[in-house]
Amino acid sequence: MNDNQLRKELKVTAIENGTVIDHIPSKSVFRVIKILGLDNIDNQILFGTHLDSKKYGDKGLIKVSNKYFKSEEINKIALAAPSATLIVIKNYKVIEKRQVEIPDTITGIVKCFNPKCITNNQNVTTRFKVIDKEDIKLHCHYCEKITKKENIQFI
Amino acid sequence: MKNKSLISINDYSKEEYLKILDIAEEFEKQPTQNILNDYVIASLFFEPSTRTRLSFESAVNRLGGHIVGFTDASSSSVKKGESLKDTIKTVSNYSDLIVMRHPVEGSARFASEVASVPVINAGDGANQHPTQCLLDLYSIRKTQGTLDNLNVAFVGDLKYGRTVHSLVIALSDCNCTFHLVSPVELKLPSSVKRFIKDKNLKYYQYTDINEVIPKVDILYMTRIQRERFADPLEYERVKNSYVLKNDMLENSKDNLKILHPLPRVNEISEDVDTNPKAYYFQQALNGVYVREALIASILGLK
Repeated sequence: MNDNQLRKELKVTAIENGTVIDHIPSKSVFRVIKILGLDNIDNQILFGTHLDSKKYGDKGLIKVSNKYFKSEEINKIALAAPSATLIVIKNYKVIEKRQVEIPDTITGIVKCFNPKCITNNQNVTTRFKVIDKEDIKLHCHYCEKITKKENIQFI
Repeated sequence: MKNKSLISINDYSKEEYLKILDIAEEFEKQPTQNILNDYVIASLFFEPSTRTRLSFESAVNRLGGHIVGFTDASSSSVKKGESLKDTIKTVSNYSDLIVMRHPVEGSARFASEVASVPVINAGDGANQHPTQCLLDLYSIRKTQGTLDNLNVAFVGDLKYGRTVHSLVIALSDCNCTFHLVSPVELKLPSSVKRFIKDKNLKYYQYTDINEVIPKVDILYMTRIQRERFADPLEYERVKNSYVLKNDMLENSKDNLKILHPLPRVNEISEDVDTNPKAYYFQQALNGVYVREALIASILGLK
């Protein structure tokens, strides 16, 4: 084992069973933790930011032991981390590996950009239909205005 | 349509809104009918309105129904800081149907989700005003005999005019051709043009109203509001270029009708009022029949 491999081993230990969320932009790791509610569960969690990535140069990563996510649950992170990869581990082996997908509807993660929208004036959970997945356009269920990619703010 | 809230004109299919227009025709023949005796309608106006509120209340009264409610938020518990959710949940207990106008966009959709009775949106800020759209459709069909294959011009503020947006969307289901006349800064938003494009229909954009007058069956006028302009000089420059005067109508089609959601300021000169092609006051009257039809239909009485 050379130095490089050793260092990698120390940084990111393998898990026996659970889920690895890889290729998260470093700045979004804490947001992903929050969106998935990982700050409120009892499972063992390992995470890292600014790790070396062959693909992206820099990446973040989260490992959650003994937890498997449903697609609609994991797709919630797609807006914060569109490049993320989901890896399912059982008995130290990779069982499944796939990209997250932007879901058809987004509930309660993003603010509506329209200051006159009811969701910005009263205690109402935001709800959007994703009308463009390439260029990210979110159609507000309430005020019917479109929040574009450059206007997205997370709650 | 029984128990179905009307929040946005898109909530109703073409078939459904045509059904409402058919029922409205019956009410036009016989506007006073005692069918709402056992019903209480809540009329919640969180901001002032003349035509919409009075025509709703007139519709309920002509049908023998009872109205509870308020005409501005300062005479309700909203002033004490009550949330919209709590107000709506409470009023749901006291009524069979809620008619609501509110300045916040999306408030009507939210109300329909927390109310245990159906909700009719009587305007939610700059978002939607579907009953205005229904009465516009009624007026067009009544004067032209059809909604299909018409040439329709929209003049004035096409950017912020919610009645324009809803009507363009509804007429996109009717194979109409759209003539859009506005100052450059008040053009129809692309989010609305999308509906025209999706149906492969034609639209033309103009800055001069005179170009469209000979071509169209319906001339839908709107008010240009001073507050829409960042530069007051710019407002002064454009405001008088979209004024309709009687002599401009000389080469118009015989079947042309002029519509306006009202209130008007100066965009239609008063000498047009006596021209048989002026239809805007009749249009406001049609609002009563359409609202009678809508209420009766939602309560399952028609």
